[in-house]
Amino acid sequence: MIELWNGLLKAIELIVTLDPEVMEIAGRSLRISVTSALLASVICVPLASLIHFHQFRGKRFLINLIQTLYSVPTVAIGLFVFLFISRAGPLGGLGLLFTPAAIVIGQMVLVTPILLGLVISALRGVDITLIDTARSLGASVFQTSLVVLREARFAVMAAVIMAFGRAISEVGISLMIGGNIRGYTRVITTAISLETSKGDLELSIALGIILISIALVVNIALNRIQQR
Amino acid sequence: MRKLTACLLIMLVLVLTAGIFACSQPAPAPAPAPAPAPAPASGPQYPLHDPLVRFKIATTTSLYDTGLWYHLEPIFEELANVEMDIVYAGTGIALEYGRRGDVDAIIVHDRAREDEFIAEGYGINRRNFAYNFFLIAGPSNDPAGITGLTAAEAFQKIYDEGMNDPDTVKFVSRGDDSGTHAKEKLIWGEVGFDYEDVRNSGEWYVEAGKGMGPTLLMANEMQAYVLADISTFLAYNLKTGLKIESLVEKDPIFLNVYAAIAINPETHPKAKIEIANQFINWLISQEVQEIIDTYGTAEYGSSLFYPIATCDIPGCPPEEDYTKPVP
Repeated sequence: MIELWNGLLKAIELIVTLDPEVMEIAGRSLRISVTSALLASVICVPLASLIHFHQFRGKRFLINLIQTLYSVPTVAIGLFVFLFISRAGPLGGLGLLFTPAAIVIGQMVLVTPILLGLVISALRGVDITLIDTARSLGASVFQTSLVVLREARFAVMAAVIMAFGRAISEVGISLMIGGNIRGYTRVITTAISLETSKGDLELSIALGIILISIALVVNIALNRIQQR
Repeated sequence: MRKLTACLLIMLVLVLTAGIFACSQPAPAPAPAPAPAPAPASGPQYPLHDPLVRFKIATTTSLYDTGLWYHLEPIFEELANVEMDIVYAGTGIALEYGRRGDVDAIIVHDRAREDEFIAEGYGINRRNFAYNFFLIAGPSNDPAGITGLTAAEAFQKIYDEGMNDPDTVKFVSRGDDSGTHAKEKLIWGEVGFDYEDVRNSGEWYVEAGKGMGPTLLMANEMQAYVLADISTFLAYNLKTGLKIESLVEKDPIFLNVYAAIAINPETHPKAKIEIANQFINWLISQEVQEIIDTYGTAEYGSSLFYPIATCDIPGCPPEEDYTKPVP
C-alpha cells in the first residue's frame, strides 16, 4: 500500500520536474484523445440529430443497436480496426498501422456509439412543445434541430465529455493498433500497462494520477463551455 | 469567489511543497536500475530523423525486456537516418505481423518456425546475430528437487511433483506461442510428453499468456518454476529483486539463438528491404557484436547476450548464417 503514497510523490515529482518522457507521453495522450473526441463529435452530433428528427422503419432497432455497442470491449474494436488497416487488410495501402492516426481512428470508432446514443437521449429530453413552437413560427427542419440542440446543449456537452473520458482511458485500441512504440505511439494508458508488467508499480500509479489530472483540467475547461 | 481562489492557492502551494520535498528525498523504494532500464527520469532525446521513413521491426519480448533495443535503436537511427519503430511482440505475433507485412523486419528465436516462415516466402535474408541460454528458475527451497538435473529430468520431476502436490509445486509457462514457449514445448517433447496433455494435466501448470518479464514476475509471486532466458532473468533480478533462483542451467537444449529476418518485398512490395538489409548487416557487424559482447557486464557481472561468433556447442548455426552480409 506504500506504493500508493510513493506513487503520488512520484507523480508530483514527474510533473514538477517536467520529466521529458512523461510530458511527451502525456501530450500525445491528450492530443490523440482530444482529436478523436472532437472529430467524432463533429460527425456524430449532426448524425444523431438526423436520426432523432426523422422517422423511419427500424429507428428503434437502430437506437437499440447503438446502445448495445456501448459495451464493445476496446480490444475487440482494436482487433477489428487492425484487420482493416493492417497491410494485409483492405485499407493496408495507407500504411496506418502503428501510427497515432490509427489510434485516433480506433478511438473514433469507440466513442461513436456513445456520442450517438447520448446525444439522441439528450435531444429526446427536450420538451416537445419547443419543436411545435419553432415549426409553427415557420422554422425549417434544420433550424428546428438547431434550436433543440441549443436547448439540449448541456446534455450534449456531457456526451462529448463522456466521449473524451472514454477515449483517453482506453488501452485496448492504443495497444493493438498503436503498438506502444516508444517516442511515437506510446500513450499514458499503454505506458501504465507496460510499466506494470515490468513491475514498476510506483511509476504506473504516478502515470495514472497524471492521466486523471489531465482529465480534470480538460473537464474544467469543457465545463466552463457547458455552463455558458 | 475569494474563498475558492484562496483554496486553490493553498492547494497549489501544498502541491509545490510536496513536490520539492519528493524531489530532494532519496528515492524510497528500489529505484529503477541504472541503464539499460529506460527509467523516464533520464529521458533520452528523440532527434527526429527523416520522419517520413519509418522502419518498423517486431522484436521478441526477451530482447526488449532487457533494454538492449533502447541501447541499439538510437545508433541505428543515426546511421541509417530513419525513425525506427520497435513493436513489442512474442515470436508468434511477430511472425504474424511479418506475414501481413505490417513490419519491415522481425527478430525472433524459434528456428523451426523461422524456417517455415522463410519457406512460405514471407521472409528472406535471415541472419543470426546473438545467442544466450535458457535456464529453469524456481523457489530457493526447490520443493521438486530439480537442482543440478538436466532439462528433461527437471521437467519430468516438476511434472511428477506438480501432479502430486499442485499447491507447492507449480510451473508458469509463457503460454503465448513465443520462442520461449516453443522451447518449452520442445523440452516437454524430449521428456516424452504430448504438450496438450501437459497443458490440461492439472492446476500445477499455469499459463501466463504474457511476455518474458511479466511471466517472471508471476512466477516470482507464485514461487513457481519457470523457463526463462538468462538475460531477462538477470535484468529482472537486478531491477525488482526476484525471490526465485536459477536452478538448472547447463544443458545443450537451452541454447537460444536470435535471428533477424527481413520481410520479402516480393510478397509485400512496400516492405523497406534496403533498410532491412542495412539493419541486418549492421547487426552482424563488428560494431554491434562488440556492443552485444559487453552489454550488461557492468550491471550484472556477466554479459546478457553473446556475440554469435563465440557459439561453440552443438546446435549453433553454421558460420555463413552470421557472417555473410546480405546483398
